[in-house]
Amino acid sequence: MTTTASTLDRTVTSPAEKRARRTAALHWIAVHSLGIAAALFFVLPFIFVFLTSLMSDQQALTRDLTPDTWHWENYTRVFDTPGFLTWWRNSLLYAGVGTALVVVSSVPVAYALAKFRFRGRHLSLLLVISMMMLPPQVVIIPMYLFWAKQMDLSGTLWPLIIPMAFGDAFAIFLLRQFLLTIPNEYIEAARIDGCGELRTLIKVVLPMAKPGIAAVALFQFFYCWNDYFGPQIYASENPGAWTLSYGLESFKGAHHTDWNLTMAATVLVMAPVILVFFFAQKAFVEGVTLTGVKG
Amino acid sequence: MSTDTLDGRHTLRSKRVRSALRTVAFMSPWLIGFGVFFAYPLVSTLYFSFMKYDGLNPPTWRGLDNWTYVFSDLPKFWPAMQNTLWLAVVMVACRVVFGLGVGMLITKIKTGAGVFRTLFYLPYLAPPVAATLAFVFLLNPGTGPVNSLLEAVGIPAPSWFNDAAWAKPALTVLAVWGVGDLMVIFMAALLDVPKEQYEAAELDGASAWQRFRYVTLPNISPIVLFAVVTGIIGAMQYYTQPIVAAKVASGVMGGSGQTFEPGYPDDSTLTLPQLVYNLGFGRFDYGAACVVALVLFALSMAFTALLMRRRGGLIGSGD
Repeated sequence: MTTTASTLDRTVTSPAEKRARRTAALHWIAVHSLGIAAALFFVLPFIFVFLTSLMSDQQALTRDLTPDTWHWENYTRVFDTPGFLTWWRNSLLYAGVGTALVVVSSVPVAYALAKFRFRGRHLSLLLVISMMMLPPQVVIIPMYLFWAKQMDLSGTLWPLIIPMAFGDAFAIFLLRQFLLTIPNEYIEAARIDGCGELRTLIKVVLPMAKPGIAAVALFQFFYCWNDYFGPQIYASENPGAWTLSYGLESFKGAHHTDWNLTMAATVLVMAPVILVFFFAQKAFVEGVTLTGVKG
Repeated sequence: MSTDTLDGRHTLRSKRVRSALRTVAFMSPWLIGFGVFFAYPLVSTLYFSFMKYDGLNPPTWRGLDNWTYVFSDLPKFWPAMQNTLWLAVVMVACRVVFGLGVGMLITKIKTGAGVFRTLFYLPYLAPPVAATLAFVFLLNPGTGPVNSLLEAVGIPAPSWFNDAAWAKPALTVLAVWGVGDLMVIFMAALLDVPKEQYEAAELDGASAWQRFRYVTLPNISPIVLFAVVTGIIGAMQYYTQPIVAAKVASGVMGGSGQTFEPGYPDDSTLTLPQLVYNLGFGRFDYGAACVVALVLFALSMAFTALLMRRRGGLIGSGD
């Protein structure tokens, strides 16, 4: 019966319904046109960069928007640039080891802040958040002097990697926010069963915290991959210790006029980040909302 | 409590000691990190701000000279301060307004919402150096596609990163392009607004603007405030984009042996964090660099306090 009623509705419509339907259709069109306009704003830069990366050296100096012939060999030419492979290796080393160290050192701290009741936990959290908000330039002079003069490690990646073994404020905060969402009952049950605290963390909490850890790992990997200030401070004097982010800027220097090669290198620096994102979109978006909205 | 017999009190105390030790053990990575990478260097920064030190000769006491030098004799300090404040106001405002707009748009899109959301979000992920390089290219006055397009439709094209009046707006365009993080935050907040309130407003005959003004805004205002304050804190750390843009646009490149004076063109993109770098690592005036670093510290902590002012704060204490 209801089906016939709805088919009737579709054929015989009152003027009011017709108007409502037309407004809805116009609304749909307006929203999606705006969406397409916004999408163009967000995507066109990527497309122009990519198209330019395939132009010949001469054409890259013109106002052309699309390449006449597609010069895929530009990408191999980028890899032929002295240093480029070393920068890749250094970036992967910094981001890979850094991420592993941050996760291992931040998890127990976040767990304690989220689940232990102890005097000073509010103060500790306050200090973690303050550290998170602190511009790295505030402490850079003493830090540089410490690594360069006392430790004699300037020109290496160590001053960037070693601090990662002592927790990262943002990672601790994000993980804590995530761990708060895990019900205490699981942890209490484990304790009652005579599980030690470390075992509870590893056997009970960690499996449930996987999405949170994934988000932290992603953010940390991207932070290291994108870091420019750190490598500039500690590695700039030794090109053998440059990372992609730092090397990319000087790449334009070595290839003064070659926008095509520079854009090809730019694509190569962006590519891993975007690839990783497509495989781990959910974890990423979750992380942003977790740190952006209430605890 | 599983304390059985006479030993109750003793067990309780040893339990407390054990739980304290446990807390310290779990917190230890951060406790060490806090001391070595935060407390100690912060105190050192304060110490060096009263010293004359170039990294070669031993530091000597200089009293308040670094402070008076920075505030009254360093010609680059006030431009850097102005630029930082300009970015904190204009760039943050543009990002919040645009982020909210895109966040609202995405909640209205019915077809292909997932694809749109991904496309809007992608620029946020672009590595800052790569994104800046791309924008210097896209906005370059000679051959950049943006100016080609502008001229094609008859709009006079600015020189963007090469014009002191347009360099900060160009950086703002770059920052607005990477607004995906705010979009996600606003989207989550918008979806949390109770539907009944919209229905009630509609029954009362509220227009679209009135529904936005009296239903949407009050409901998401904590998130707007969060976005504004964290945006300002971010502006205090704004470093990579302006320095890369200035280097590439001016043609003075890293590794070429030339010393680079940041702020090109005409100090218009010089920010406080860059000034710290320039004073410390360009001029080896660690004392003055530490003074600027402390100014930066004071500003950042003031806004951080604002972020956490209410009990629970905007960030939430979690209980």
